[in-house]
Amino acid sequence: MSDGPRPKIAVVTFPGSNDDRDMCWALGSLGAEAVPVWHADEELPAVGAVVLPGGFSYGDYLRCGAIARFAPIMKAVAAFAADGGPVLGTCNGFQILCEAGLLPGILRPNSSLRFICRDTTIRVEQIDTPFTSRCKPGYLLRIPIKHGEGAWFADPELLAEVEANGQVVLRYTDNPNGAVADVAGVCNAARNVMGLMPHPEHAVDPLLGSGDGALILASLVEAATARLGVPA
Amino acid sequence: MKATVLVRPKAGILDPQGEAVQSGLGHLGFVVRKAHVGRLVELELDTTDREQARAAVAKMCDQLIANPLIESYEITLEGDA
Repeated sequence: MSDGPRPKIAVVTFPGSNDDRDMCWALGSLGAEAVPVWHADEELPAVGAVVLPGGFSYGDYLRCGAIARFAPIMKAVAAFAADGGPVLGTCNGFQILCEAGLLPGILRPNSSLRFICRDTTIRVEQIDTPFTSRCKPGYLLRIPIKHGEGAWFADPELLAEVEANGQVVLRYTDNPNGAVADVAGVCNAARNVMGLMPHPEHAVDPLLGSGDGALILASLVEAATARLGVPA
Repeated sequence: MKATVLVRPKAGILDPQGEAVQSGLGHLGFVVRKAHVGRLVELELDTTDREQARAAVAKMCDQLIANPLIESYEITLEGDA
C-alpha cells in the first residue's frame, strides 16, 4: 500500500444499514479513506466514489430498498452517478439502486424463501467497469452472500437488453437464490453504477475465508483515485 | 374517500411465497391447486372526485406502491360496484 494521499470514498449509512463499518474498514485496508455519510445529508463530500452498503434500510418496508430511495442523500448520489461518478451498491445497496431506477431489474425473495448465508463463487463477465478493472474475464471469485431477497429479476425484454449491452458483470456459477440468468451483479448502461448481492467487504482477507472481494473494492479505489486526480 | 389497492405478483412470475402457502395448506390436508400472495394497501384521500382519485392512486402505484416489473395492481374506490 502506498503512503500517498488516500482517495476519499463515501459510504452511506441508512437507518438499518449494518455493513457500513465493515465496508469502511475494507476500503481503508485497500488504501482509501472511507467517509461515512448519513442518509439525511443532502450533499456528498468531495469523494471519488460512493458505496451504498448492505443492511435492512428502513426495515425493508414495502419492498427492500423501496423507501431508502427517498432519503435526502439519494438525490446527491443520483447526481453523482449522472456525472459519471462510480457508485457501488452491495446487497441492500443493490436493492436500493434498483428501486431508485439507477440499475435495471429488481431483487426478489430467494426461490427457496430461506435466508442464505454462505460463500458463493461468482464469475467475472465484464472487466471494463470501475468495479472489475483489476480482474480478468472469467476470474472466479469466492465471496459470501447473506440475504433473503437476492434473486435478481428482469422480464425477457429487459434481460435481452441488459445482456446485449454486456451489463451483466458478475454471474453465480452455482445460482443460490433463483436469480434470472444467474445474475450476481449488474451495471447500468453507462457502466459507472453497479450492484451485487455478494459482500466483497467480507472477503478482503484470506484469514477470513477469502480475499477475492478485494479485487472488486481495489478496482473501485483505483477508479476513485482516477476521478479525484490523486497521483497514484 | 377511501381507496384500496390490491398488489399481486404478475402472472407467470415465480411466486415462492404463494408456493410456500400452497404447500403449507397441503400439509394441513387442504387441496389447493395454486396460491398467490399479494399485498393490500388502504389509502384515505382528501378528494371526493372519483376520476381524480383513481388517477392519483394509479400514479402512486406506478411510482411506489407496486413495482411494475413484477407486480400488477387493482384499484378499488369506496362505492365501486
